[in-house]
Order: sequence, then structure tokens, then C-alpha cells
Amino acid sequence: MTLSLRHTRYVIGENAITFGAFLLFLGFVLLAIFGDAIAPYDPLASNASLALNPPSAQHWFGTDALGRDILSRVLVATRLDLGIAIAAVAASFVAGSALGVLAGYWGGWVDAIAGRVIDTIMAFPLFVLAMGIMAALGNSVENIIYATAIINLPLYARVIRSEVLVIKTAGYIEAAKLSGNTDVQIMLRYLFPNALPVMMVHISLNMGWAILNAAGLSFIGLGVQPPTPEWGIMVAEGATYIISGEWWLAMFPGLMLMIAVLCFNLLGDGLRDLVDPRKRT
Amino acid sequence: MISLDPPPLLSVDHLRKYFPTARRSFLNRDAAPRLLHAVDDVSFTLEAGESVGLVGESGCGKSTLVRLLTRLLDPTSGEIRFEGREIGAIAAPKFARHPLRSQLQLVFQDPHDSLNPRHTAFDSIAAPLKQLGGFQASPLLTARIEELAELVGLPAALLSRFPHQLSGGQKARVGIARAIALHPKLLILDEPTSALDVSVQAVILHLLQDLQARLGMSYLFVSHDLNVVRLLCDRIIVMYLGQIIEMGPTDAIFDNPRHPYTQALIAAIPDPGTPPQPLQLQGEPRSPIDPDPQVCRLYGRCPHGVEACTTTTPHLEPMGPDHVAACHRADVLNPAQLR
Repeated sequence: MTLSLRHTRYVIGENAITFGAFLLFLGFVLLAIFGDAIAPYDPLASNASLALNPPSAQHWFGTDALGRDILSRVLVATRLDLGIAIAAVAASFVAGSALGVLAGYWGGWVDAIAGRVIDTIMAFPLFVLAMGIMAALGNSVENIIYATAIINLPLYARVIRSEVLVIKTAGYIEAAKLSGNTDVQIMLRYLFPNALPVMMVHISLNMGWAILNAAGLSFIGLGVQPPTPEWGIMVAEGATYIISGEWWLAMFPGLMLMIAVLCFNLLGDGLRDLVDPRKRT
Repeated sequence: MISLDPPPLLSVDHLRKYFPTARRSFLNRDAAPRLLHAVDDVSFTLEAGESVGLVGESGCGKSTLVRLLTRLLDPTSGEIRFEGREIGAIAAPKFARHPLRSQLQLVFQDPHDSLNPRHTAFDSIAAPLKQLGGFQASPLLTARIEELAELVGLPAALLSRFPHQLSGGQKARVGIARAIALHPKLLILDEPTSALDVSVQAVILHLLQDLQARLGMSYLFVSHDLNVVRLLCDRIIVMYLGQIIEMGPTDAIFDNPRHPYTQALIAAIPDPGTPPQPLQLQGEPRSPIDPDPQVCRLYGRCPHGVEACTTTTPHLEPMGPDHVAACHRADVLNPAQLR
């Protein structure tokens, strides 16, 4: 009963920034769902006669080197970029939480093995590791998700583990044992939910970072392949035209990236307050 | 001789709990680890319907003993018998599902820390009923929880509140309701009032007294407040550095304490009529890490220590009816000098 409607309304209504972030997030979700439908042109249709037109009444964001409508491409790309970020963050959150709770609660050799695996991942520069994973597994959307999930795993496992180390000494964990809860029940019903408020801030910050990471992989040519509309490739393709004065090619997808990352960064505090019953009045 | 009496509710026999103080060096695996003797050879019994007080200073092993008895911690050696059934050897995680789990419950020292911040008072009291009592979410469960809330004097309107929305006394009542939800035969109270305001302490103590009279539970009451123990308990166990050093009926302990440590504890009770007495014990307790088995644990701090105290550890000797103390000089010391 933690996510009651009244509490949600209270958290969102209490803080203007949280309200704005939730509104923006809602906007992105709607774009992800309806982007195809509201795009004014086919994002893949090229027209050589319209190449590199600046923003105008017909093409609000201008057109690219192949004469494709940038507004349509930016709108359609929302689903892919958001989808990659959400899937990657969800995967690393689930796997990292399981690893972190087990390592924190049981300690001993489970903790030792999990700790060394995570140290190994963290020993690499993370973006280079993601590049390596992409190079080894091949260019596909699923592989971007796996690569992003793997490089984010240490964050979740470490944070959850340190939270669990604190929570497991609390009296209510002993009380849960006295109430007949087994170890697995204690982990699922007591340790994980109580670590959740802190995790929400990390999830939201990480989501913005995951979008940048996916776009970054595409930017250097290891992620989504052209002609698929994706913010990272669009920035990469547009970057070469900035010098010659065609700024709109890179700017609009870049702006969308920035707003998306900003939205997730601002969302964090609100999400935490949403899952933390102590914030209730 | 076969005794026809029923076995005592709880009988503890040579119970020990040693904690290794540091990990063994991987270069020197044969070196014996240094052991902290938290509970060292403790034996006592507790009869049905009886209240026993357990007193001792911080770090004397009270809390470890409580966690051994409630089967949250596995003993190093020794036996814990509950109604004659050995439960000390059952591994702590397994005991969570043992049929006797519901019979042996604990009220925690800190009422706030012992309630899940994500659970309402209702959820907290429901946990043992659902896990061990076979209750499902139903009007029956709600009725039982409301009955318990009334029993501990918690207004039913507060059941939907989270711990941070309750006062200290209300949280203490939730903790007690949860502990008695399944009619335990033995309720262990780990300093249940030490985190509360003085005015609330008295109310909670009266509630506990009243509950015992109504429900016929046995209490093991852990405290370092001797006045509280005197009010509630039939018998008193005094612990020092992991061992029982004196044990007997409440009146005998208060009127005729035989161990120098008990005497010092009783002399330290503030009394508004008399000026404060100088502290009877000087210095710090001896280290509980690998204590010398030959030396009395109070030696060095005891004003009455003699040569014999350093060569043989005193054992519990009878001092009166049902009254034992572990001191070589108990027969020489005259407690009448104290008061």
C-alpha cells in the first residue's frame, strides 16, 4: 500500500521541480508511444531536392543531408532511446539488487565472490568496456542493452549491499525472524524494500546516464545503425555539418538528449519520496 | 530417581557463546583464535508462570544470552530445554519455522528500531499471526489484531499508522502486541522500558504486570534498573562478565546480597533519603577475551579480593533457600554493613 494515489499526488504537488520532472517524463512516455503517429513525415523518406534545408514552416527542425525531416526523426527516435535506457536500467537494477542483497545479507564467500566480480568490471574504463562488449557481441539493439546493463551493474550491487549491511542490524530484522520469516523472506520483504528509497535516486540518475551511453555508442558507430532514427546517430551525422553552418542537424537531437537526461536527473528526489513511507505526513 | 514433576518451562545447562575476535591469519592457520567469552557456562531454570529478572552492567552478556535463548544466535555449547525439549541445537535459521517459535518471543529494547518503517502498526502485529499462526488476511485476522491492540491499550485508530507517526509509548505497545500475538509461554523482555520516558516507563511496566496476570506468561526480564526488576520479578539472576554470580529470590537478593558485585549494585541504587554513597567498585571490568579460568572475574575490581581469588574461580554455592552466589568470601562478608 506504499504507492497510494493520495501519497503520489502529495509528493508531486509538494515540489514544483518534481512536478515539472513528472510532467516532462509523462511527455516523453507519450512521445515514445505516439511518436510514430504524430510525426508529420516518414522519418526514413529521403528527398534530394530538400537536402539541408534550414528550419521552416514545413520542416520545423529543418532537413538533413538526405532531405529527411528532422522533427519526425527526433520524435520517432524517442521510443528507441527511452526503451534502451529503461530496459538496460531495469536489467542492471534487478541483477544488481539480487547480487547486492545476497552479498550484504549472507556475507562470507558469497560476498567475496560478488565483490571480486564487481571489482573486475570496475577495473575497466566503463565506456571502453561497453565498446568492447559491443565489438564482441555485434551491433544490435539487444547488445546495447546488455552492454549498458553490465557496466551499470556495479553501481546497483554496491549501493544495495551497503544499504543491506546497515539494515540487517536493525531490530526489525530480528523481529522478522521471531515472526517466523525465513532468510529468503527477510531479503525479499524486509531488506530489499527498505533499500528502495535510496535506489530510486540512483535509478533516475542512471537512466539519464544510460540514454547518454546508448547515444554515445551509436555516435561512435557501435550501436544503432543508420538509417534507424536515434538521437546519438543523428548527432553524429549532423556533427560534420556544424562547421559549414548547418547547425540544425545536430542541435535538435542533441537538445532532446539534454532534456531527457535533465528530466531523469530531476525525477530522482520525487521517486524516492514516492516509495519512502517516512515522507508521509 | 524418576521425577514425576513436569520439566521446568526453560532450563539452561552450561550454555556458552564464544565469539572469535579476529580472523585467523592465513600465514599462521594453527594459531588459536582469541575468543570473547560473551556467555560462559550459564545454567538456570525458569518455571511456568514465574518472572525472573536478569541484571548486570553493559557488556556482561545479557543481550547475547537473550539472543541465544530466543534462538536468534547459535550457542557454542550447552543446552537450552524448553518444556523438556532440547532447542539449543536447532540452527537459528531453521528455528524460524519451528513449532516452538511462537512459544518463545521477545520484546525489544528499542521500540522504534524493532518496527519495520514500511509497515503500519497493523502489518507489524499481523506478521507473526500470518507467518506462524496460520491466519490469512481476513476479518478474523483484523478482529484478532484489534483484540490485541485493546489488550495492550493501543487505540484501534492508530493501527493504520507507520512507526514514525507513533509516539515511543505507542510503539512499545505495538512491540508488545506483536510479541504476545501467538500466546507465547515465555516472553523475554530485553530492557523494554530503557528507551522510554520515565512517565511512559511506569505505564508500560504496569501494562506488562497486568498482561502477565491475565495471560499467565512467564517473564525473563532483562534490565539494569534494579527498581524495575524488584517491582516485577519473583527471582533475580545477576550476571557479571558472561557468568551468573548470584541468583535467588528477589527479597533475598535485595536484603541479603552475598556477592560483592551484587552488593555494589544495590548500594548504587539512588535513594533520596540518604546522601550518595561512594562507588564500591573501582576501575574497569576485566577483559572478556580469553579470561584466565583460574581467576575470579571480579578480582582487581573487588574491594574484598584475597589471594584465593586469583588461584581458583569461585563457583555458585548455596547461601540460603534457593539462593546461590559465587564468591570465596561470601560467608565472611556481612551484607548488614551495607544498609
